[in-house]
Amino acid sequence: MPIIIDKVSYVYEDTGMSVRALDNINLVIPDGQFIGIIGHTGSGKSTLVQHLNGLIKATSGNIYFNGEDIYADDFDRKKLRSKVGLVFQYPEHQLFETDVFTDVCFGPKNLGLSKKEVELRAYQALKLVGLPDEYFYQSPFDLSGGQKRRVAIAGVLAMKPQVLVLDEPTAGLDPKGRDEILDQISKLKRETGMTVILVSHSMDDVARYVDRIIVMNKGSVMYDDVPRQVFRHYAELEKIGLAAPQVTYIMKELQEHGYDVSDDVTTIDEAKEEIERCFTRLAAAGKEKG
Amino acid sequence: MGIIKVKDLIYEYIRRDEEGNVEGITTAVDDVNLDISQGDFVAILGHNGSGKSTLAKHLNAILYPTEGTVWVDGKDTQKDEYIWEIRQTAGMVFQNPDNQIIGQIVEEDVGFGPENMGVPTKEIWERVDESLKEVGMYEFRHYSPNKLSGGQKQRVSIAGVIAMHPKCIILDEPTAMLDPKGRREVIRAVRALNDVERITVILITHYMEEVIYADRVYVMDKGKITLQGTPREVFSEVERLKELRLDVPQVTELAYELRQDGFPIPKGILTKEELREALDACAGRMSEKARE
Amino acid sequence: MLRDITLGQYYQADSIIHRLDPRVKLGSTILFIISLFVFDGAAAYAVAAVFLAIVIKLSKVPFRFMVKGMKAIAFLLLITVVFNLFLTPGEPLAAVWRLTITKEGLQLSVLLAIRLSFLIIGSSIMTLTTTPNQLTDGLEKMLGPLKKVKVPVHEIAMMMSIALRFIPILMEETDKIMKAQLARCADFESGNIIKKAKSLVPLLVPLFISAFRRANDLAMAMEARCYRGGEHRTKMKPLHYARKDFIAYAVVLCYLAIGVAAGHLQAILPEIMKIA
Repeated sequence: MPIIIDKVSYVYEDTGMSVRALDNINLVIPDGQFIGIIGHTGSGKSTLVQHLNGLIKATSGNIYFNGEDIYADDFDRKKLRSKVGLVFQYPEHQLFETDVFTDVCFGPKNLGLSKKEVELRAYQALKLVGLPDEYFYQSPFDLSGGQKRRVAIAGVLAMKPQVLVLDEPTAGLDPKGRDEILDQISKLKRETGMTVILVSHSMDDVARYVDRIIVMNKGSVMYDDVPRQVFRHYAELEKIGLAAPQVTYIMKELQEHGYDVSDDVTTIDEAKEEIERCFTRLAAAGKEKG
Repeated sequence: MGIIKVKDLIYEYIRRDEEGNVEGITTAVDDVNLDISQGDFVAILGHNGSGKSTLAKHLNAILYPTEGTVWVDGKDTQKDEYIWEIRQTAGMVFQNPDNQIIGQIVEEDVGFGPENMGVPTKEIWERVDESLKEVGMYEFRHYSPNKLSGGQKQRVSIAGVIAMHPKCIILDEPTAMLDPKGRREVIRAVRALNDVERITVILITHYMEEVIYADRVYVMDKGKITLQGTPREVFSEVERLKELRLDVPQVTELAYELRQDGFPIPKGILTKEELREALDACAGRMSEKARE
Repeated sequence: MLRDITLGQYYQADSIIHRLDPRVKLGSTILFIISLFVFDGAAAYAVAAVFLAIVIKLSKVPFRFMVKGMKAIAFLLLITVVFNLFLTPGEPLAAVWRLTITKEGLQLSVLLAIRLSFLIIGSSIMTLTTTPNQLTDGLEKMLGPLKKVKVPVHEIAMMMSIALRFIPILMEETDKIMKAQLARCADFESGNIIKKAKSLVPLLVPLFISAFRRANDLAMAMEARCYRGGEHRTKMKPLHYARKDFIAYAVVLCYLAIGVAAGHLQAILPEIMKIA
């Protein structure tokens, strides 16, 4: 179910001043993509994703979900929310039930499904986020930070969305928790084939997983491309408070000092291969000379 | 004895079930020894639940040892008569920027500590102005904290601590909830305090790139200190850090990977310049060999 | 929607009103409110309107801010006006369906509308020009004598001040949790009152938990900054009456006198005219 965002702008009032949070956004989100939306705080990235499931209504412009105008009078917006699952920042703060399983049931129950279907979906969702069975009937408040977050994500997954949007899913987690959550999301993406949109301010996190990066700045889309193309603009990214992964800078440093390496490298493994390739060439050249 | 000395510290808390019956005992800090000299920049690394925050709360007399002793500026934290002096000597900045700002105006918040200490009005103003300037928040002094970014709020919190004129400042994951820009702002402010004012800094974090500037790094796991040394020494232990699932700066990891593949690169590379120099040396050696 | 409530919000500006001692502003606001209820007749309210206009001008707070504060309670205002318009017995003026508008009703509802809106604007001037901290400081000092009868005045003031600091944060949090539950297809609107109350559980439980967590964090942060109650404390911004404060009191008293006199004059004017 592709989403088309057509000339969307969003303006709100703050202490008497009108603030343009989104400015003429045009995007197409086809099925099955893994997308990263990156921007620093206040760039409009969170506002944008809240438009996708209709929680915020655009001041102007249209959004089409599967070809249907979501602002049309006869459009079922509640259904849209179940199709475009949105996991907010610090989602563990929304947990409220006495045990994990009942909490995850909340979403599907609101869809008016049968009890059996609700429980089946909750079970599947908890399995998808990799939460061990022994936690199912514990209070969500007794779990660790990373586990709580999984439960909250399961709460959205249980509605069987076709698009999963995660707003800063790693905020406040330690490196271990961060890697676990991101690996889990990536696994989930592979298993279900759903569209996943990851909102983040960390390039390092996103570069490893996604196949498309949308960079937001001051309410507009600044870049929209595959990661390595986006990171080529590292100087511009830096100006808006973002940065390319550290390896990009390492390669740049090597280039500047006469090494014949490419700088469109985004991961450590790629960087290693690139350096080794360069040295093999050096060695070969050395032999020829010798 | 340094500004902070921790000897054989053990902290246990009792877990209780809903009826209040004892379920078990958790040892959050397990036999920790520290000796921190005045003016040092010390970083404590570790996962959530590794005991690093519990340890930090001992340095400010918010928690008391189950066993062992903590001295702040030579004063035993368990002696009630020292408690206010200790809290003034060792100021503390917490993780959540919203939950530690008491005033509704930036300058009023910074004045809160000195007010509590009974500092005369005129001097409070001097201290507030001076502290806000130090963290670069002076021009925001009339703002409501709600209008500030996360990084700015944390800098206000730091100013609030400096206004108490501490000898030592403990920062408990001050950047965990901030975006990269906010993180840089806070770390820059903290480094300036240490460099310029020679205030002892104890930075608790799980971001590796923040500890590179430290004089000494302690890595905690399961309540114990498992690794310690200069940043270079600690980052030489890439395998151990990976085992603990802690991050290693990408340049350090790249150097490590290359070393594994046979490149003669020294351990503990911390910057891209160091890596480039090491590679220069490799290339140099290679061309020498070729000449032979 | 929650953002629109300006009552209790501070507007940063440099004006004579901002610089007044909070006790003056508190006292004057109370006097102003009293004046609205003792004043009688259009002339007196004209005096109040002029006084209010001058104060607004002096405060340098844009008028639309106060109007915004009004919006939040416009509904309440409307109900009061409508009730009084239709339900006051007296000389009928017009009839709509079964309801009759009476002359007395019209007078009363206009009077009430004026009183209420003046009251709200008057008190929002106070909150817009006084930081909540100054306000609680002022209150603490005004209630100071009660300390002698063991009323924990400092603690009450501190609690108020903290509550005010956290209101915007908790509002934002409410907004966030509400959206998060809406994203899980929660329904806060349909159903009868019991169902509606039940639907608030997913909102209130997380909100309470968050409030407790924040309270706990804050208590620790305050202790770490040597807070130990009101004793030994000095003030960063101690309250001292200055000349301008006495002048302000005098101005307010003059206003009261003029208002009462104007009302009186209006009442006896016809008789004077007769005599003349």
